[in-house]
Amino acid sequence: MTTLTAARERPRPVRRTRKTHARRREGLTALGMAAPAVVLLIVFVVVPLALTFALAFTDARLISPTPARFVGLDNFTRLFQDPVFFKSLRNTAYFAAVVVPLQGGLALVLALLVNAKVRGVNFFRTVYFLPVVTSMVVVSLLWTFLYRQDGLVNHVLSALTLGHVEGRDWLGDPATAMPAIILMSVWQGVGFHMIIWLAGLQTIPAELYEAADLDGATRWHRFRHVTWPGLRATRTFVLITITIQALGLFTQINVMTEGGPLDSTTTVVYQAMRTGYEQQQTAYAASISLVFFVLVLAVSLVQRFLTREKD
Amino acid sequence: MVFRTRRLAVASVAALAATALVAGCATGSGGSSTSGAKGDTLTLWTHNAGNSAELDVVKKIIKDFNGSQSTYKVELQAFPQSDYNNSVVAAASARKLPCLLDVDGPNVPNWAWGGYLAPIDVSGSEVPLSAQLPSTVGRYQGKVYAFGFYDVSLAFFARKSVLKEYGIRIPTLDKPWTKAEFDSALAKLKKSGKFPYPLEMGTGSLGEWYPYAYSPQLQSFGGDLIDRDGYQTASGTLDGKDAVEWATWFRSLVAKGYLSKKSGADPNKDFLAGKSALQWDGSWNAAKNAAKLGDDLAIIPPVDFGHGPKIGGASWQWAMSSTCSNKAGAQAWLKFARQTKYFVDYAEATGTIPATDAAAQQVDGYQPGGKFSVFTRFAREYAVVRPVTPAYPYISTEFQKAVQDILAGADPEKALGQATKDIDTNLKTNRY
Amino acid sequence: MTSYLRFFAGHVGRVVLALVFALPLVFMLVSSFKPDDQIFGDLGSLRAFLPVGALSLDNYTGVFERVPAARFLLNSVLISSITVVLGVIVNSLAAFALSRMRWPGRKLVLTAVIATLIVPFETFALPLVWWINQLPLLRVNGFHLEWTTGWMDTYQVQILPLVANAFSIFFFHQYFQSIPKEIDEAAIVDGAGWFTIYRRIVMPLSGPAVATVAILTFLPAWNSYLWPLMVVQSEELRPVMVGLSYFFQLNVSWGQIMAYSSMITVPILALFVAFQRSFVNSIASTGVKG
Repeated sequence: MTTLTAARERPRPVRRTRKTHARRREGLTALGMAAPAVVLLIVFVVVPLALTFALAFTDARLISPTPARFVGLDNFTRLFQDPVFFKSLRNTAYFAAVVVPLQGGLALVLALLVNAKVRGVNFFRTVYFLPVVTSMVVVSLLWTFLYRQDGLVNHVLSALTLGHVEGRDWLGDPATAMPAIILMSVWQGVGFHMIIWLAGLQTIPAELYEAADLDGATRWHRFRHVTWPGLRATRTFVLITITIQALGLFTQINVMTEGGPLDSTTTVVYQAMRTGYEQQQTAYAASISLVFFVLVLAVSLVQRFLTREKD
Repeated sequence: MVFRTRRLAVASVAALAATALVAGCATGSGGSSTSGAKGDTLTLWTHNAGNSAELDVVKKIIKDFNGSQSTYKVELQAFPQSDYNNSVVAAASARKLPCLLDVDGPNVPNWAWGGYLAPIDVSGSEVPLSAQLPSTVGRYQGKVYAFGFYDVSLAFFARKSVLKEYGIRIPTLDKPWTKAEFDSALAKLKKSGKFPYPLEMGTGSLGEWYPYAYSPQLQSFGGDLIDRDGYQTASGTLDGKDAVEWATWFRSLVAKGYLSKKSGADPNKDFLAGKSALQWDGSWNAAKNAAKLGDDLAIIPPVDFGHGPKIGGASWQWAMSSTCSNKAGAQAWLKFARQTKYFVDYAEATGTIPATDAAAQQVDGYQPGGKFSVFTRFAREYAVVRPVTPAYPYISTEFQKAVQDILAGADPEKALGQATKDIDTNLKTNRY
Repeated sequence: MTSYLRFFAGHVGRVVLALVFALPLVFMLVSSFKPDDQIFGDLGSLRAFLPVGALSLDNYTGVFERVPAARFLLNSVLISSITVVLGVIVNSLAAFALSRMRWPGRKLVLTAVIATLIVPFETFALPLVWWINQLPLLRVNGFHLEWTTGWMDTYQVQILPLVANAFSIFFFHQYFQSIPKEIDEAAIVDGAGWFTIYRRIVMPLSGPAVATVAILTFLPAWNSYLWPLMVVQSEELRPVMVGLSYFFQLNVSWGQIMAYSSMITVPILALFVAFQRSFVNSIASTGVKG
């Protein structure tokens, strides 16, 4: 991501007065052009976010006859004694820890499969991408159906294993609910990152492969020494986007399990929504959001640090 | 040069404003209501989008009202039920409530306390409040905030033939099943091997169904959702000995294979298909069951687990918002709606218990001695309203979670203990 | 020989994966033509994926009785397309300023913009409801315009929050950087202003990026569910996803749910299939760099 901030020096007109003048004009024009987006982001992200953080230090409720009062760190004291919060943190981390490598890896496999120059490759690209285009709410409803005790997943499993695998209620069992949601989430999202990998693959110069072939490299060596290093920048992008998406896990939980069974699928964002909206505890939910924001920021910074380009 | 930039900035702002304007035009004619009414045109919200039977009755009352006088006009806005409460609460937080809205009975205290509902005065309407089933009038702190046209009742549905086959007594109002009888009936049914889960209690449907359906059983065991003496704590009540006993029993139903921890997509269909022998369900399915099973249908009173048979009381009711700018108009609609014929229409359309005896006389099956008249007696004799406290929505979500956890195998004492602790914290921090 | 085998194995892999990705959607579409009993009955066999048995349009008829589906579709088309147009303009303008022009504070703004990526919308949705209700609104009342406050229950509250998007800005930014900056210099020497460069040179070269951002803006707008539930009260303003919750009443009909889901999904799938070649190629040619 560093390339995006690296301004390339370009030759400027020589005459000094014109230069400063042009500079000023350039700066003002730039501000004008960036303004609509910046204003919209301020109005619809920054301000409500600031409000959220401010609320975290009050006792505001969604419904209340009395105005909110400042209560200092009360919400946070409560939060750190809340067993469900720690379960939410753990589940969110679990989900992200599995989904990031799984979705990223599978997406790469798909990208390699559809990067081949064979007939019908466009068809496969399209099919793999279809779930991405489908709404997560629809996908969640559909899979709730498929995951039932008498659902299709069990029937397919039983047919494939000639009846050796006992059907189960995937979303009703604390041991399998989260894995089931992970599988579905990967199914839905992997197509997008396949395309991203594909983009990366196509930027690797063909000459590198030709050179490798001349050296008599095996396929694995080609992948290890040409493809993988060539995907360096794409890797960072895939890593960061999947992580952010995974840490924000909400819709699937809300539609499919409501955090159950036995808190096995509750996540931080789900808990924030449940407490803030259904339980009307706006301020407490805001404190969850604040802690979440700090954690995500920390994770992103660590990732940025680990994947930084060593110049 | 600076002008250019400015022009660009102005253009950007203008573009945004234009969008806002275009979109504003599009809504100008819509139902956007700043104070629940525009002059004498009042907005009304209901939870019945997608449920045409009940929605049609609401439409009919509105149409009749609009036609009956020329001062006021009521406009309908229907919401899907699953998101109704949240939609209303979000709108309420932005002070955008309509003049008239329906509200699920147990939420009346919360909305009244929050200042979203205004007390109503419907004296002088055709049907007096005193004629209604007590559970169909929403009161908070001595004031009337809402009334409903119907109530619903819980009961067990079964096939008489099945009960006879396994030598199970068909209980009556005077002599309901005891816990021991119920347990032995379940054991017999399970042993027959004919029913994967002999008891069906709709465990798959989350939401308000949980407290509605299961807290009466908890109450019959001697526990409750909250200590109703002052409504200041749940401690000793929701986590007391009786409550834990209930939860342990409830858990055992799953452990013994009597009850599925997550029922199918349509529990009533499963019962009618013979997959379960006993269904704990609402009276709204009675007509459908009777149509399918005829005289074989047994409508069984709730089990007496020690403290008498119990069912939940209070269903959807009509109220007026406190921000309503035309309270006279809203009151006029509420009064107009209180005619026996609408009580009848409601009950017939929804298969529910008419809230007055006069209406019951005219509803098939609910006349004295009719095949569904037992429901009216259940509602009169067994109904316990959910706790009348602003904390109820919170209590409800906590109870839902506890029951869900218990069904999934959580330690009953721990699950109830955590819910109790959370509820007590909520009660304390909110100073209701 | 081995390469032939490998090709064959690769193809088998592709086909199996295609089944995994397509079958759940096929199941949805096929079930939408079946009565409820048959949907459940067919679960145990391949029939679940096949249009066999008592097929009819009953579920679709039922959908139209339950939900004002045409109105919802119209609303969503309107909301999504306006969002896309504004999104492309607003985000590309910002990206242009951030990637091709030099001004103080540029890096800071870029970092701040990207930082907004990491906040899920749900975490600040509730304060946003309150906040949008404080915003001024110009609207038509009879024959004159008037200022009021509060954006609840409007189209723009469903559009504007989705317009500016850090991901889109970032995407344009990356693309614009791949266009040689010497072009700008030449244009400036010829007397062109920055806006002209943006409109006449850079944007026409950025077709693939525009296509990509358009699709990635369209999807969240079309699929938004939670937000309209919170801020839209009038039925005539609701988008398609909200219609889904109309089906979870008493007597859930899965056939109708499948029918409605198909109705709101298949047009988008078709649209995507129609444009897929240019879309997929456009991301590929953008060459996203980390």
